Amino acid sequence: MGWRLALRPYVLIVPALLLTCGILYPFGLGLYYTLFDFSASKPQPDMVRFENYETVFTQEAFWNSAWVTVLYAVGAAAVETVLGVAVALLLHRSTIVGRILEKILILPLMIAPVIAAIIWKLMLQPSVGVVNYLLRPFGLGGVQWTDTPTGALLSSIAVDVWVYTPFVAILALAGLRSLPTSPFEAAAVDGAGWWYTFRRLTLPMLWPYVLVAVIFRFMDSLKVFDIIYALTEGGPGDSTVVLQIRAYLEAIRFQRYSFGISYTIVLWAVVYLAAMVLVKHLGKIQRKAAEVK
Amino acid sequence: MDTHLHDRRRFLALGAALAATPLLSACGAGFGGDDSKSDGSAADDVTGSFDWKREKGTTVKALLNKHPYTDALIADLKSFTEKTGIKVEYDVFPEDNYFDKLTVDLSSGRASYDVFMLGAYMVWQYGPPGWLEDLGPWMRNASATGAEWDQADFFPNLLQADQWSLKAGAPLGQGGQYALPWGWETNVVAYNTDVFTKLGLKPAETFDELRELAGAIKQKAPGAGFDGMYGIAVRGSRSWATIHPGFMTMYARNGLKDFTVSGGKLTPAMNTPEAVAFTEDWAGMVKQGGPPSWTSYTWYQCSSDLGAKKAGMLFDADTAAYFQAVEGASPASGKIAFHPGPKGPDGSLATNMWIWSLGMNAKSKKKSASWLFLQWATGKEHLLKSAITHNHIDPVRKSIADAADYKDKMGHLPGFIDTFETVVDQTKIQFTPQAQFFDATTSWAAALQEIYGGQGAKSVLDGLAGDLADKVG
Repeated sequence: MGWRLALRPYVLIVPALLLTCGILYPFGLGLYYTLFDFSASKPQPDMVRFENYETVFTQEAFWNSAWVTVLYAVGAAAVETVLGVAVALLLHRSTIVGRILEKILILPLMIAPVIAAIIWKLMLQPSVGVVNYLLRPFGLGGVQWTDTPTGALLSSIAVDVWVYTPFVAILALAGLRSLPTSPFEAAAVDGAGWWYTFRRLTLPMLWPYVLVAVIFRFMDSLKVFDIIYALTEGGPGDSTVVLQIRAYLEAIRFQRYSFGISYTIVLWAVVYLAAMVLVKHLGKIQRKAAEVK
Repeated sequence: MDTHLHDRRRFLALGAALAATPLLSACGAGFGGDDSKSDGSAADDVTGSFDWKREKGTTVKALLNKHPYTDALIADLKSFTEKTGIKVEYDVFPEDNYFDKLTVDLSSGRASYDVFMLGAYMVWQYGPPGWLEDLGPWMRNASATGAEWDQADFFPNLLQADQWSLKAGAPLGQGGQYALPWGWETNVVAYNTDVFTKLGLKPAETFDELRELAGAIKQKAPGAGFDGMYGIAVRGSRSWATIHPGFMTMYARNGLKDFTVSGGKLTPAMNTPEAVAFTEDWAGMVKQGGPPSWTSYTWYQCSSDLGAKKAGMLFDADTAAYFQAVEGASPASGKIAFHPGPKGPDGSLATNMWIWSLGMNAKSKKKSASWLFLQWATGKEHLLKSAITHNHIDPVRKSIADAADYKDKMGHLPGFIDTFETVVDQTKIQFTPQAQFFDATTSWAAALQEIYGGQGAKSVLDGLAGDLADKVG
């Protein structure tokens, strides 16, 4: 009996151990590959140490992709956060319309982002798309949504916002509903106005929930591939070639495996650092929120 | 409490970061290729008299791209099984991700598929790592290949397009036969006869005329009852596929090259003064007479717009227009005619082509059965049946192109057969063969989009040439 008890903790961690190995093995292997010049045209590669990373960091294409990735991630996360919180505040008033909208709101989340991007690509098509058709009475029927670098980036962000704002709204709404009622009752007794209550009570206590949503959305937006690739394929020119698309093109389309994986490792490092900073910030915000409560 | 919070944060951060590495896990384990190439071919093991039943009971796995040619093949597979006793199992993928699937599968070094569809350009990518079986020894072995297969019946330019010595810059038609032509497309101009008649237009004979025509249609057609019609549909997405049809055809007719080859070294030539001028004119034509949202245009949008009477002309694969022209296929069917397109300054009708080819996995364990399949699929009997009863048009075999039944079938499409016969001998791959083809042409398409967006053609093309000189040269 004794040995069974002693063995139990080790048995319990087996699934987690397998999962960890399943993640870490390909990760480590990928990292190892980046030290070689492995490609389709060189199936028996030579060790090149950190040459791939040197090439990545000295390429103008990398810095362009990094800039586009950051613009996309910051833009999408910011708009989704503001809109998501606004929607949550509106839905928090428990009216019949609010309850119906709450159910409808999650519909975009049920659509795969790549499908959403394809649908939006058709809707944004200037000659047959429904968006320009609806804008025509206002004299805006000729907008070329994805034909210019700025238009393509903004259109991609708009699709991301359409898909993921409900996610932020649902998280914020859950946060709003979990807030204690007593501080609000005390503020009402003291005659505090809506804006004062929102600024001094709602927002500080809601911040931890909002920041969790920001972390998820920012991380996800840094890794974006599907929405942009389906909408613009990275064009026009290189204007929407984010790091994931660059990595895909290098590793899969152009078959420079080691070089393509180097892009992914760099992206991983960026996401890791961003996650560390944001999660550290989350701790501080949580402590502040606890003080308000 | 603090420790738990800290652990939770670290876990959250690590989890988020690890999720950023999907490509890493896609790479599998171990370096996938094999540098060692055997001089001997499995074809040498086939001896005795030729026998279709030689591999009876074997199953061959095929990877196929969704295409009308594929539909024709699948519809006739029963005949192959009856003839050989070989069963064919197949997977069909849409074109958007077909080549990713094929590339990943071949690069893994497995033999998941014995035979597959590929384009001639893919030979330049899949050939050098040794993923493709050289079919030359199979073709030359009379024990493996039946006399009725008749190699001389193929259009020679098509057979040569799949033949390469695997050396960057070396011309096609030398070295191993890495695939067999199965169905192909030549790039010509198709136009809406209604709009041409109503506006009193004639197909363009020069590039200048084509540009003027495109602009004139965009300007005049909407007022003549063709609501929303623009002049010319050409591809514009940020993809290699944008370069090879109309653009490369007109580029070649102007006597321009993608690379020059000297002493085995490739030098990008898309930034010569003549190439810069041509590219500017092409982008100008699209601006004046092309579709809105051109930078997202693939063959599908181009073809659909011709069928939907949104485009007055289409400069692309003849099949892209054919599938809109057949009766009942689109609002424009019955009103689409074909023309070879503008000639170059010296009268050249040099035309670029796309060839759907069939290849064999070098790692296949069933090469003899696979060869019987390739032989049947590219043979006269199946291809004639596919051309007549299905939509496997643009025959790779001369005997089918000349067959009365085929001519009867295609004859009702104005200009189709004349156009085909006019350009067939001048249709070949106009690119310089080299392994970085997809990188070079994708970057070229991106450059084209930048020029269309208003950037200076010379600086953009100089940048492209500089980048490619490092990668390809």
